Amino acid sequence: MSLLEIKNLGVMFGGLRAVDNFSLTLEKGDLYGLIGPNGAGKTTVFNLITGVYKPTSGTFFLDGKELKGKTPEQISKAGIARTFQNIRLFNNLSVLDNVKLGLHNRMKYSTLEGVLRLPKFFKKEKEMDEEAMKLLKVFSLEEEADVQAGSLPYGKQRKLEIARALATDPKLLLLDEPAAGMNPSETQELMDTIRFVRSEFSMTILLIEHDMKLVSGICEKVTVLNFGTELTKGETSKVLNDPEVIKAYLGD
Amino acid sequence: MNFLSFLISGVSLGGIYALIALGYTMVYGIAKMLNFAHGDVIMIGGYMAYTLCSTMGMNPMIGVIGSVAVCTLLGVTIERFAYKPLRTAAPLAVLITAIGVSYLLQNLALLIFGSAAKSFTSVVSIKGISLFDGELVVSGETLVTIVVSVVIMIALTLFVNKTKPGRAMRAVSEDKGAAQLMGVNVNATIALTFAIGSALAAVAGLLLCSSYPSLSPYTGAMPGIKAFTAAVFGGIGSIPGAMIGGILLGIIENLSKGYISTELSDAIVFSILIIILLVKPTGILGKKISEKV
Amino acid sequence: MKKNIKAVKPATKTSLITYAIVAVLFLIVIIMDATGAMSSLFRGLLVPICTYAILAVSLNLVVGILGELSLGHAGFMCVGAYASAFFSVLTEDTITNAWIRFPLALIIGGISAAIFGIIIGIPVLRLKGDYLAIVTLAFGEIIKNIVTVLYVGIDSKGLHFSAESSMALGLEPDGKNIIKGALGITGMPKDSNFYIAFAILLVTLIVAYNLVNSRSGRAIMSIRDNRIAAESIGINVTKYKLIVFALSAFFAGLAGVLYSHNLSSLTANTNNFGYNMSILILVIVVLGGIGSIRGSVISAIILTALPELLRSVKEYRMLVYAIVLIAMMIFNNSEKTKNLRSSISLKKFAEAKLKTRKGGTK
Repeated sequence: MSLLEIKNLGVMFGGLRAVDNFSLTLEKGDLYGLIGPNGAGKTTVFNLITGVYKPTSGTFFLDGKELKGKTPEQISKAGIARTFQNIRLFNNLSVLDNVKLGLHNRMKYSTLEGVLRLPKFFKKEKEMDEEAMKLLKVFSLEEEADVQAGSLPYGKQRKLEIARALATDPKLLLLDEPAAGMNPSETQELMDTIRFVRSEFSMTILLIEHDMKLVSGICEKVTVLNFGTELTKGETSKVLNDPEVIKAYLGD
Repeated sequence: MNFLSFLISGVSLGGIYALIALGYTMVYGIAKMLNFAHGDVIMIGGYMAYTLCSTMGMNPMIGVIGSVAVCTLLGVTIERFAYKPLRTAAPLAVLITAIGVSYLLQNLALLIFGSAAKSFTSVVSIKGISLFDGELVVSGETLVTIVVSVVIMIALTLFVNKTKPGRAMRAVSEDKGAAQLMGVNVNATIALTFAIGSALAAVAGLLLCSSYPSLSPYTGAMPGIKAFTAAVFGGIGSIPGAMIGGILLGIIENLSKGYISTELSDAIVFSILIIILLVKPTGILGKKISEKV
Repeated sequence: MKKNIKAVKPATKTSLITYAIVAVLFLIVIIMDATGAMSSLFRGLLVPICTYAILAVSLNLVVGILGELSLGHAGFMCVGAYASAFFSVLTEDTITNAWIRFPLALIIGGISAAIFGIIIGIPVLRLKGDYLAIVTLAFGEIIKNIVTVLYVGIDSKGLHFSAESSMALGLEPDGKNIIKGALGITGMPKDSNFYIAFAILLVTLIVAYNLVNSRSGRAIMSIRDNRIAAESIGINVTKYKLIVFALSAFFAGLAGVLYSHNLSSLTANTNNFGYNMSILILVIVVLGGIGSIRGSVISAIILTALPELLRSVKEYRMLVYAIVLIAMMIFNNSEKTKNLRSSISLKKFAEAKLKTRKGGTK
């Protein structure tokens, strides 16, 4: 059984087809790229499979479980985690708390146990601290654990967002332009991190990216979106040399 | 006959709500903020006219002009000093600032004019008419209110749709950034919106105080909130929506005063607000706004 | 290298300092009382100060921690005040011991208000921002409005309700009309006192701090900081919003109980249970610092005591509040001052970073 199966997904916004008849199948452990010119509907695909938008047609499955029409909260619990194109951290909370929030549904105690400071509170908080610090170390953010997330430099904010997503222990990780705004050396470092995450957590990753160096460097396969529909898909090196794809990017 | 009388005074009250609601809706459309102090501009307008006419004994017409001028200036000043620095701030901060401005105006009035209600002399000198052998009496205030609000609504619709500044206003409310790129002076347009909204509030205030001749520092607060209800009712950001919402709300309020309970009429109006927001938050004529992810 | 987990977390430290401040203030009051240094004016202010502090802390849960503006907080206070006053008047003859009656009144007041918080919360939670603010305002006004036309009496047949008059209740001759419309409730036992009020304040503070520094508190603050991101990591936004509304209403209800049992007759008007009160509580929260629980307490003390102690400023206090409110909002949120402040905090951050580097590498 495939890990992610998207079948003929589509959505309309006020008569405009933002995404149409989009299908994609990911196997466990895939590192897959979703590329295409601006406005092609890439982020909309992410928003559809994380429940931010409800699809008007088609459906999708994670591990054989249908998730169409589920809320973002339910989809997160089902095992899809994401980052955002315009970083969305909890800016006023500490770096550590951001990651601990990712652990929210994995290490639980009730509001009452928290307010009354029952033993479970201390036990679970300790577990959360340890687990969160482990993740922060993976992204070399452990020094900044007590810093406010909003005051981190840009590159580190991107990393923290990935760490928070991983904390939910997802089956599938969606990265929306992880290299946006990074310089070449930061991008290189990010590529190493993504490879590491994939092998360390045996993660399946779907990413949107404009930086073709990153895409050709780490993605085995890509799908090219244009005007909300699939233009082509296949092995990264072949697709990137496809004249149709070049035309879509450069225009006619 | 009772019903007709409630209906007519409801339309009149609704016209006043509509004028106030226009200010809310235009500001909300353009500056994307709830100008909580809008209702208190009404009250300041009332006190201005009271000072000019009752205290200084001037002609009611001078009272009207003075009051409109002061409120227009006040609206622009509030925008410039309190709201403009917060263009990019979180909505919560803007809302609290607006509440602060409202609080400021109320307490300024309280210090200057005292808490005791003043009895306002109507600025309307037209006599009422009597129909059906005196069974239905329509006061001059009611007539003037209906006529004035209809004329203003028509003029405003023409202004927004047919003139260059009106077009600029629509452009800014659609997309501030794009409007700026197309050469629209966004700051001036927002200031103009506040000026028009406050001038309308002054007119509404004079009509309100003429029909219900008691003026206190809190006179503007309730009509302000109700007019906001009207704006939401009609669909926030929509000018025709504010007019329809205002008039409907006025009618509903007066009918519930007449047939249900005077004490509970406010509760009824507020219940309507809540029901609308829950069932159709976009109001009768409003557009859906969704957050970009 | 192992990271040293600090002995005391910064959040814990914040709460401990607050408890210490409150404890010191309590001791000062006790000493003043014992040595006879307390004026009757000041003594009269003790319960109101605690009441306002509880109101401000509870509103701060909604405004500062959840990040939504509620303009109907006085409505919850009203529910607590009326429900408990009703109970106390009803049972004054049967439960004669105030030490049993008053805690029961507190529980009844708090829970009634919390139930209203949930009833109002469920529909309101679909809204946010300006709309949520205006709907909470509307709910607050509706509660106040209904209470002023409500008549409730009791006789051997049970409770009687009316929205018209005492006569319409149709009570038996020995029946008791407890809530009398615009005249409210009269003849409450004066059960409030400083010690109970202080204990309730302490409980409010402990619950507020423990909530904020827990799994649920983090979830609530994540909704405030970025709702969409919170949903994306599986936070149940509705559940947590409801928890905040219920808890905030519960404590406002307790404040209402303290308020009503400090009076002999209870009526509802704009200044105690209406919009003006809601705004006054908001002013206290904003001046103390949105999100700062300690700030709310200190601000409540100052704003309640100062105008009473300095009669000359009383006239101007509202005006001053308004100006400070606007000035604080502009200072904290305008683009210009923001840049100024972020440059300062970045500098601090860089310095702190430098220190840890120095400490870390040898």
